[in-house]
This record gives sequence, structure tokens and C-alpha cells, in this order.
Amino acid sequence: MKSRVPLSPRRLVTSVRATIYPRRPYSTHPPNARLNLPIDYATTPLLAHTPKSSLSNPELPQHVRDSKTTRQNMFQAVNSALRHALSTDDRVLVFGEDVAFGGVFRCSMGLANDFGSERVFNTPLSEQGIVGFAIGAALEGMKPVAEIQFADYVYPAFDQLVNEAAKVRYRAGTTDMHAGGLVVRMPMGGVGHGALYHSQSPEALFTHIPGLRVVVPRSPIQAKGLLLASIACNDPVVFMEPKILYRAAVEQVPNEAYTLPLSKAEILKEGKDVTLISYGTPLYNCSSAIAAAEKDFGVSVELIDLRTIYPWDRPTILSSVNKTGRAIVVHESMINSGVGAEVAATIQEGAFLRLEAPVQRVAGWSTHMGLLYEKFNIPDVVRIYDAIRKVIEY
Amino acid sequence: MPTYRILDQDGVVVDKDRTLPKVSDEQVLEWYKNMLSVSIMDLIMFEAQRQGRLSFYMVSAGEEGIAVGSAAALHPKDVIFAQYRETGVFAQRGFTLDDFMNQLFANRHDPGLGRNMPVHYGSSALRIHTISSPLATQIPHAAGAAYALKMQALQNPNEDPRVVACYFGEGAASEGDFHAALNIAATRSCPVVFFCRNNGYAISTPTLEQYRGDGIASRGLGYGIDTVRVDGNDILAVYEVTQQARRRALENGGKPVLVEAMSYRVSHHSTSDDSFAYRARVEVEDWKRRDNPITRLRKWMEGRGLWDEEKEKAERSRVRKQVLAAFARAEKEKRPALRNLWDGVYEEVTEEAEAQIQETKRLLKKYESEYDLTEFEGGIEGLEKKRK
Repeated sequence: MKSRVPLSPRRLVTSVRATIYPRRPYSTHPPNARLNLPIDYATTPLLAHTPKSSLSNPELPQHVRDSKTTRQNMFQAVNSALRHALSTDDRVLVFGEDVAFGGVFRCSMGLANDFGSERVFNTPLSEQGIVGFAIGAALEGMKPVAEIQFADYVYPAFDQLVNEAAKVRYRAGTTDMHAGGLVVRMPMGGVGHGALYHSQSPEALFTHIPGLRVVVPRSPIQAKGLLLASIACNDPVVFMEPKILYRAAVEQVPNEAYTLPLSKAEILKEGKDVTLISYGTPLYNCSSAIAAAEKDFGVSVELIDLRTIYPWDRPTILSSVNKTGRAIVVHESMINSGVGAEVAATIQEGAFLRLEAPVQRVAGWSTHMGLLYEKFNIPDVVRIYDAIRKVIEY
Repeated sequence: MPTYRILDQDGVVVDKDRTLPKVSDEQVLEWYKNMLSVSIMDLIMFEAQRQGRLSFYMVSAGEEGIAVGSAAALHPKDVIFAQYRETGVFAQRGFTLDDFMNQLFANRHDPGLGRNMPVHYGSSALRIHTISSPLATQIPHAAGAAYALKMQALQNPNEDPRVVACYFGEGAASEGDFHAALNIAATRSCPVVFFCRNNGYAISTPTLEQYRGDGIASRGLGYGIDTVRVDGNDILAVYEVTQQARRRALENGGKPVLVEAMSYRVSHHSTSDDSFAYRARVEVEDWKRRDNPITRLRKWMEGRGLWDEEKEKAERSRVRKQVLAAFARAEKEKRPALRNLWDGVYEEVTEEAEAQIQETKRLLKKYESEYDLTEFEGGIEGLEKKRK
């Protein structure tokens, strides 16, 4: 099942949009490929395909585990989180570009209608304005959930996020005025044909900023729980949603509201020989690569989802690597000064005597996302599979 | 756009036929004393910086009237965002000389816990958000904060309608945040008064190199914002205009208003600036002699028999003594505890930060003679977690 997320480059008019789907795909899967197959979201072990597997999650509170689930994709899960937040807390506001009609990715569908145009509204097309406005609202006690239409367009708001949102609690000292109610949501990552400005993963730029929390969910269940935790959190949160998963990742999501812990990694699969650390979309490729590698090399790989990229769960990672002795970090964004650099350096410091091979970083190359080349740029199953081979053969 | 004024440079009412804003003698005296107090504190602290007793200072000479007059017209519960040359706003709101000095000397009573440069004041009791150095970033904050106040008043009928006042200079108005803020404030109908201090210079850059339109005021109309230009050296005019701006900002569920207050930056930009490198001394002297908000109000008060040379002398000497006393008290206080380097980055100190605190502690112990902790509250123990 090939996923295809409709992409609406906002500066193209609708009539032109049809032409962004070419007759010829930009990249294909060769007939004999064994590793680089399309992700089958219907069978991947990373998604809860049954209510039972969904509700067996020990991180869910008991009343949620006793409740019912609904099959939802990720944009629907985001929508239910926003709906819950708006209906339980008058302080919550949802706004951004084109949010009122439901959003270009449908995340805010029906919200303006149900909660009113005072609480769910469009802003002028200005990212620095959106984030600056959101910080001001948070400073006066509201809980603004601001949307940046694509993570690629967050840079005009970089000053507001770095110099203001991140620092305001610190500089305000005992006046205790802070922007803790703030969440900035943004779709991120490759989508197959997003090219330079609809594909970026700028999370590493924010992990260098003390004061911000950076969260990336991997699935609908995670998106709902982590978004509600981010809205409840008293620190400003940059919440990045892998847009290729908006429609592709479908699972049984608990109907009840729940939060999942921030700054806590999750071990998705236990293993004893290699620790594979990732977050967001690449986890699905990691899962496929692990299946092939375990079969081919007879190794056992532990898969960990960081979930919160900063401040991140160092103890869980270090304890895993101290057990396995080998580590690989995988992410879509560029390898240079990426999240992998921080994780690898921390592992080198914290598990030096246990390391049996150099820490591998499998990440986007240090280039831009040229339209035709995405398949060769983002870590695929082959590159992750090869990294597992490298660390066990070292 | 014409400039609104009530008093001329000699403190004489320009239009004898009009009614003056309702202001009691006590109010006028309070404003005058606040302006005088700011200007005397400025002189002393500028000199103190020159002697190396504090790291930095910025005076607001020539702009005391804008700050004090506008703050006086706001409701005490209105929320304020400032740039950095609004010392008079703090004074008028109730910031004491001790409050100023504690921040300037970054001692243990500084609400900013010694994290900010001098003059970056803030006060939750006075509802003024802590000043930050990046220019114009506070302007969209003011729009968002005003929207928050509007929503809170809508959601809670017992809540009195409030406005946000936001101050910035004409240089800051060139930043993208100014554009973003005025536009979003207009489209979201936010009850906010944008207050531009046009003092002719952004550090060394004269307005001719800052813009070519009719100042900042002419831009307000383009955003669909009610706008007025006022003589910033005329505190009565500033007071009246702000009062009207506040009233209008709350009309019909809220809307933004832009005020451009014209003045002249009599002083250097900051203690790190020698303005005679880019403007003639004679120009500054001319402004000082010809017109400033303090002497203009003094002349008006003298005309009404409210003030005289004797009162002036006594007040100046009283303020000077008070400033010096607060100065001495603040200067000898301990610094905040060292843990405040990490505390407050997040609501809770992170595991990573706690590890760095412990590493710092190890270094401070091992290389004890390399560090002086005597000034910091609690010394090395100041690294420990605060008991809540």
C-alpha cells in the first residue's frame, strides 16, 4: 500500500494543484527489491491494528485502557486532541494560516464551527506574527496552539521562538511570567514530492535551544497523547508532525483523552545486540530493516523511539546501549549537527567501556531535498540494514 | 500628519478656547516629580556606569514626558510591554528607587535574578512584562496579550475590560515584527495601544535613513488602525491622547490604536555610545535649551502658581539623596544564588541541567582558588535545590 499525502504548496492556486501529481512517479521500487519496499502501514508492528493492542499500552491510565477505540489516522488523532483541549479548557486557542476551514492537512476540521471563530481562527500570513501573537497570549495566561503550515516556513518565527518563547521564563525570574501555555504545531518531513520547501525536518535547530521542548510523534496514538501532554505542559513546545503519516498511519486510537509522558523515550522492541534510536517516520523503515537484519544475521535489535527530541531521555538510551554495546541513530534531517550527533556523543561519554563498534548515524545527506532525489536522500531500509550489518561485523 | 499639542514650548496653552484634560494639581505634581526623579536617577546612574560600578545603562532624557504621561492615563491593571527607554513608565506605575537599583546592580532582590543586563526591568505586581533586548519582538506579544485580555473579559463578565500598551522606538518600527503585529492586531480586533517614541535616532541612524514616509503614524492608516501623532514633550497632550486611545481601544469589543509621540533623544543611545560621533553637539544643546518635557511642565506649573525655584531646589536635593541611598543599599547586597544560572530555563530543572550543576560543583570544589563565590548568596551551597 503506497501512501500518498496530498500536499498543498500554499503558494499555488487550487487549479494548478492537480498538476503537481505527475503521471510518472518521481521514484520507483525496482521489481527485485527485497529491502526497499514501500512501508505496509496495514501490517507494521508499530501501529495498533486492534483495540486490544491499542489498549494494552501500559502508559495509558486504567480508565482509558477500559474504554473503547476508533480507527483514526494521524490528522484525525491530532484533531481529537485539539477538540478535547478546546472543550475542557477555555484558555485553549487554535490559530494559524487557513486553520478555520479545517487546515490544509485537515487537522482542525470542524473546530471553528464547534468552538467559535473567537477561539479557532485564521491569522494573516506571517509566521513571526503567529508565534509572537501566541507568546503574548500565553504570557497573559492563555494556552495558544499555533500552527505553522509547514516546518519549512518556521524560520521567520525563529527569533520569536529562540529569543522570546524559550527565554521568557528565565529572564522574567521571580515575576514568574512565562509562555508555558504555548504549543507551536508544524507538519514536518519528507512526503515523496515536497522538494526543498515541503520536506524539511528542522528539529535539530530547536534542540540547541534551552527552554523549548521538541516533540515528534510516530503514530496517531502517540500524536494524541503527546499533543495533549504538550498543551498541558508549562513549557513552550515545538510539536512536529510527520506529514507523510497524516493519512498513511492508521491505528485504533483510544476514544478517551489521555496524555503520554514528555522527555520519555519508548522501547518499541526489546533486543540484546544493537540499539536503534530514531523518532517519527524513519521508525517504520527501522522496523522493516530490523526484521530483515534479524532474519539475515541472527541478531537481536532493540528499537527506541525518542519521542521528545529535547530535553531527551538520556537514561533510557544509555541503559539500552550499556546492555547492547552497539548503537545506531536514524533521522531524516541532515547528518551534520543533527540530533544523531548529540545522541552519539552522549552514548560515547556514557557507554564508552561497553561500546563494541563506533556509533552509526544514518541520516539525510548534507544537502537539500531536491525534488527527484528524495529516495536517495532520506535513510531507507537498505541504509539502516547496512548500518546494523556494520556494527555487528565491526 | 499634524502633531497634537496642548502646551507650547513655554508651557502656555496653545488653544485658549478648548477645555483642558481633567487633571488635579496633585496628579500634575506627581507626574512632575516622577519625571524629575527619572532624570536625576539617569544622571547618577550614567555617571556610575562611567565609574565602572555597573556594566551598562540607558537614560531616557527628553522622553520622560512620553513615559510618565502615557502610563498615568492607563488603568493600573492594564498590561504593559516596553522596549527599554521607558523608565518613566515604571516610575509612574510604582516601581521604587530600590526596585530600579536592585535590577541595575543585579543583586539578590532583582526579580530577574541577575540574568538580564541593566535597565531590563519587569514587574508582575505592576503588570509590566520583563524587557528583552531584541527590538520589536514585544509588539506582536502585545497583540496576543490584548487578545487574551479580550477573551478573558468575554469568558468572565466580572472581568473589567483592559487594554495592553506597547512601547517601541521609530527604529524598531522598521522590524518585521512591527508589521506583523499591527496587521494581526487589526484583523483580530485586539484592544491594544501601540506607542511609538519617535526621537529622531536609532543609535546613529537618523530617521531619513530609517523611513521616507510620513513617520510611523502614516502607516497605521494602511493597517486600518486609528492613529494619532502627539507632541511627546507635552505631557498634558500625551496624557489626553493616551486616555482617548485607551477608550477607543475598548470600543466595539476592541481594536488597536497607534500613537506616535514626537520627541528628541537628548542623550547618547546608551553608555556604550558617544553620539557626538554622528551628530553635532550644538544640535543636542539646542534641543536641551529650547524644549524638553520637564521644563515645559515646570513652566506651566509655575504659571499656575504650583511650583517655584525653591520647591525645585528642595525636590532635586531630596530625590538626589534618595537615589544615592537606594544606590548604596543595592550595591552592597549579595548576588542571587548560583543555581539561578540553570533554574527557570524550564518549569523544572532537567536531568541534563542537574548533571551540569553537579559537574560545576565538582569544579568549584576542586579549583576552589580559581573562583570567587563570596558575592553569591549561599556560596557553593547556592547550587543546591531550593526547598519549596
